[in-house]
Amino acid sequence: MKHLSEYRDSSIARKIIEAINSASKKKINLMEVCGTHTVAISKSGIREMLPSSVTLLSGPGCPVCVTPNCDLDKAIALAQLPDVILITFGDMMKVPGSYSSLSKEKANGYDIRIVYSTLDALKIAEENPNKKVIFFGVGFETTSPTIALSIVEAKMRNLKNYSVLARHKTVPLAMAALLSLGEVKIDGFICPGHVSTIIGSIPYEFIAENGIPCVISGFEPLDILQSILMLIKQIENGKVEVEIEYKRSVRPEGNLNAIKIMEEVFEPSDTDWRGIGVIPGSGLKLKDKYESFDADKNFEVEVPPTKDTKGCSCGEILRGVKFPYDCSLFGRVCTPENPVGPCMVSSEGSCAAYYRYGKR
Amino acid sequence: MCLAIPGKVVKIKENDIAEIEIGGVIREIGLHLAPEAKLNDYVLIHAGYAIQVIDEKEARETLKLWEELGIVETPE
Amino acid sequence: MEDKILLAHGSGGKLMHNLISELFLKKFDNPILAKLDDMATLTIKNSRLAFTTDTYVVNPLFFNDGDIGKLAVCGTVNDLAVSGAEPRYLSSSLVIEEGFSLSDLEKILDSMVKAAEEASVKIVTGDTKVVERGSADKLFINTAGIGIIPDGIEISGSNAKVGDKIIVSGTIGDHGIAVLSEREGFNFKTTLASDCAPLNHLIKEMLEVSQKIHCLRDPTRGGLASTLNEFALQSNVGIQIEEERVPVKEEVLGACEMLGYDPFHIANEGKIVAVVAPEDAEKVLKKLRQNVYGKDAVIIGEVTENPKGKVTVKTLIGATRILDMLVGEQLPRIC
Repeated sequence: MKHLSEYRDSSIARKIIEAINSASKKKINLMEVCGTHTVAISKSGIREMLPSSVTLLSGPGCPVCVTPNCDLDKAIALAQLPDVILITFGDMMKVPGSYSSLSKEKANGYDIRIVYSTLDALKIAEENPNKKVIFFGVGFETTSPTIALSIVEAKMRNLKNYSVLARHKTVPLAMAALLSLGEVKIDGFICPGHVSTIIGSIPYEFIAENGIPCVISGFEPLDILQSILMLIKQIENGKVEVEIEYKRSVRPEGNLNAIKIMEEVFEPSDTDWRGIGVIPGSGLKLKDKYESFDADKNFEVEVPPTKDTKGCSCGEILRGVKFPYDCSLFGRVCTPENPVGPCMVSSEGSCAAYYRYGKR
Repeated sequence: MCLAIPGKVVKIKENDIAEIEIGGVIREIGLHLAPEAKLNDYVLIHAGYAIQVIDEKEARETLKLWEELGIVETPE
Repeated sequence: MEDKILLAHGSGGKLMHNLISELFLKKFDNPILAKLDDMATLTIKNSRLAFTTDTYVVNPLFFNDGDIGKLAVCGTVNDLAVSGAEPRYLSSSLVIEEGFSLSDLEKILDSMVKAAEEASVKIVTGDTKVVERGSADKLFINTAGIGIIPDGIEISGSNAKVGDKIIVSGTIGDHGIAVLSEREGFNFKTTLASDCAPLNHLIKEMLEVSQKIHCLRDPTRGGLASTLNEFALQSNVGIQIEEERVPVKEEVLGACEMLGYDPFHIANEGKIVAVVAPEDAEKVLKKLRQNVYGKDAVIIGEVTENPKGKVTVKTLIGATRILDMLVGEQLPRIC
């Protein structure tokens, strides 16, 4: 398939791996911020092809994993209100909150539906004028513009029964928070290619100014290997800059249409990241002019007290401090069939990736 | 955190909706975030929307760089 | 275990397997059932019979190149055939929702007749129930089947030996994606057809050229990954396959990429996976390719000593990773 198969060529992969092996001298930690990268790395087996001098750490770039229990509990409470249709992306369905999950509540008879796109959510709202449709908005900057668009569309179509429970987050500030926590030595960042398609390369400049090289990577095996090579070369040569490997999609200025629509609908908010805590300004909430679409303002609901799971190391795993197999529950008590924390249940959680594809 | 895949624009409809084709599968998507996309362009699709037009020239250059890997490996 | 049955319990993955072993096997405790093959081998007087049953609940009822009727016949015929049995007779029980269209019912019955003719089986007994509107989703069909296992045939998921080759009879994921494309809410179009087909004649031809076919199964719910994992577990061996060799149609890859699905976990209804002694692999392959239902057959891997009970994949870039069984149901994702 065009723009996909070419980036999976095994003979080129071998050549890039040879180049990595000959260029790598210093012992370094590279962090892949994005959960989709973690999965791609695990699925293609890149980790085992790298020299021992290169360690890959997974970061907090799994929007499902960093959504705290209280947000899930609120979504569930909203779904349990009369005449509500709670709509979500498939990714959130199986994630355990303090007491239950969306998929369990669906089995209990509540109207919870999965969509692939907010365009489908709007259709559901139009087809069910007597129901209140609430969209559970989770995701980073790749997804937030699509949710912003749905709000603008809903306004244009005069849809009075559509709201969004806005729990979107932004990536660069989370990267900054990790650096200021200083728990783990990060020598370079593999930056998320699709978030960067929206925001461009400029938001990462401050990281390079703090002495840490960044390479914005695509998601195919060759993209990731090339990005690792680029980071190693920067580190070995003492260069520090933000480079774009994923040039076919990422422009330095990003996608201006998408940035504009996000700025039209959303404003920064302080938001809670599982495992990190509240990062000021790292969330996106609806501006006052769109408050009629804001589920936080439109619905009064009692949410039971949040319970956190004992023994779960998701927080430390999300910060790169622990590997999944360092968690005492990993593979024993916590498995994909019986997940304790979101890192195991999320389709791109580190624990799920490590468990499904290899290291147990 | 983002599954996005390349598809070819095979039909442009009204209201910013287009049909894209991936490996023979056709789906409707929104062009609102990439209004400059034209028929036969490849776009990156996420959650039912095109989020970028793929730059064919850059793609070709990346592939060329890799083809040359075996011939020219410049140690820096 | 969960205190409620979830959709995931029916999807052919780990949750379903756990339900079977922790509930059904305990309750219906007997050594024949405990073998966990797709059908039961019964010895009555001196004949060996294969006996199987399956219930079909596919949604939508009609899809590209098939419908629930065709599926109900082919699925049960195939479950018998993969034990080496010659399928002979089927029963057909219908649960019909009040208000169901009579002309649709006729179309479905016609499909069943056509499939039964192709498979050379007879539908000899049946049952029909109608339930109130809302008590069933349009139509459910259960078929049970009986076949005769010829002497000398010993095929079971527990017979894989180290060194055996793994053969798949064609492209994977066709049925699952064809059905998905017709389902509400997925909103994608494809010309991809379901691969639903009766495979008993194909299997008979294979068995005519080789006595060393150790395992046979049709990878339905849970896909190729489930079947390979079942073999590895039942036989207590490792299985390694090469990703590059597994045949997948472009449309299946395209739909999977879009939804974040894995082709290895998608259902097939007209394919078989065979585990064959290495000295017979090429001739079995050749025979398969002579049949329309096996024209794309290919060797995708082999049985290894270790890791026992696990399936590994050599990836496109040459590394090795685990191929796990599906846990619950695959859901479309954006991350």
